[in-house]
Amino acid sequence: MDEHILLENVNKSFPKNNRSETVTLEDVSLSIKRGEFISLLGPSGCGKSTLLNIIAGLEKETSGKVLVNGNPITGPGNDRIVVFQESGLFPWMTVLENVMYGLLIKKVPKEEAKERAMVWLQKVHLGKFADRSPHELSGGMKQRVAIARALVMDPEILLMDEPFAALDEQTRMVLHQELETLWRETGKTIIFVTHNIREALVLSDRVVLMKTRPGGIKNIFPVQAARPRNSSDSILNYLENRILSELEQEMEKVLKEELGSDYALKKDRVYIDPHNNLGSDI
Amino acid sequence: MILIIIWEVISKLQLFPAFMWPPLFIPNEQGGVTILKTFIDGIVSGQLLEATGASLLRLVIGFVIAVAIGLLLGFLIYKFKIVDDTLGFFVASLQAIPNIVWLPLAILWFGLGVGSVLFIVILGAAISVTITSSAAFKGVNPLLIRVAKTMGSSGWHLFRTVIFKASVPQLIAGLRIAWALTWRAVLAGELLGGGGDGLGTLLDLGRSIQAMDLIFSIMIIIGIIGSLIDNFVFVRLEKFVFRKWGISTT
Repeated sequence: MDEHILLENVNKSFPKNNRSETVTLEDVSLSIKRGEFISLLGPSGCGKSTLLNIIAGLEKETSGKVLVNGNPITGPGNDRIVVFQESGLFPWMTVLENVMYGLLIKKVPKEEAKERAMVWLQKVHLGKFADRSPHELSGGMKQRVAIARALVMDPEILLMDEPFAALDEQTRMVLHQELETLWRETGKTIIFVTHNIREALVLSDRVVLMKTRPGGIKNIFPVQAARPRNSSDSILNYLENRILSELEQEMEKVLKEELGSDYALKKDRVYIDPHNNLGSDI
Repeated sequence: MILIIIWEVISKLQLFPAFMWPPLFIPNEQGGVTILKTFIDGIVSGQLLEATGASLLRLVIGFVIAVAIGLLLGFLIYKFKIVDDTLGFFVASLQAIPNIVWLPLAILWFGLGVGSVLFIVILGAAISVTITSSAAFKGVNPLLIRVAKTMGSSGWHLFRTVIFKASVPQLIAGLRIAWALTWRAVLAGELLGGGGDGLGTLLDLGRSIQAMDLIFSIMIIIGIIGSLIDNFVFVRLEKFVFRKWGISTT
């Protein structure tokens, strides 16, 4: 497997006001192999969506290098398609027309586009709903259409921004299995943003744990469990606990900043205030 | 129904002379005027129909031009920040001026007649369409734009296939308002500024020959046309779009 996406010392900051700026990503370096399924995991505000948008070309990095196949990213391209948390289907089009939209931009003849769109709708088991309007579908079905709409473009990289976060648990589990199947069939490189540890572990080859303030990579966990994965796999459980304990540190950091420095996530720990040094200065 | 009876009774009581308060259906004396008779005579002789046709023609021409200008300006305001800061502000303040106020100026520029009427019609409706369309374009869900961009859409294609389409429900609402403005402006313009042969001119004629029955016939036509177009064109269009998009109206 060769290198597909390379991030080198990527920084991203947004101007907060005239003087200062918020640093969203600091010094992110990551190499993603071709055909790898990688998850970006972290609490809200860790810049995981920003990182995804940078790779998608929807946002520009402040400094650093972002290479896909060795070439820098100049903007959105149909080799990298994003699936968003909300499906973002166009309500004025039928389901089939929605899936055809990107193909028509690529100047695929209409008849061929129709056939290819139908093939993908059948792969996500929505062949019967081709002529329906998006509002007639359930949330899970909409996400299926969104995945079909992305994969029909045959992108090299599929970027998924919390695609299943708004779905109920049962629907999500079914879609996990189907996504894994589609990934194995197509061999796409998938970058999957989530705040759900289980989801990340069940799906990915590697889980990238992100940190907050400033955002960046905290740790990377390779998931060496057999596929198709079973959520009671002992490797997954072990990793879940390790990630959870690292996440707790992050959460405590955020909460301390938001709620005051005397906040402690675990109430049964001795709290040591660095400013209160037990009278040693007497 | 009750209103009609009260009207009829007042006219029978002869509190006012017949030219000021004509009966609706039953003439006060043999062969006297009624609003119904004048209405039917006007339609049979073609006088009312011709005037209606002339007014409607102006209405449609004015409306189409106004919508074209409004959409273009709305697009420019949406697309270019500099246009928004300059023209956008100017248009918003222009909207505060009722369009009939422009009539004296229009008469100076275009003379009494169709030109002046069209001018105020287009001015009023174009401003309204400009404001609603620029607001609609700006209000498009950013998610849809990002989806289109990631599929490789950009520039004019993005506007044509996504931003414009996504604005359609708001645009229809805007057109409906513009339509009502246009209809008012046509009649006000004709009434005050002449313009040959429209309904407004006929109204003015009715006033000068003291024919209340004629005035009422025209008012009935104005009301009917106004509500017919609103109900049969705009309300239906709105319902169709809302159903297709799955927007609930309740």
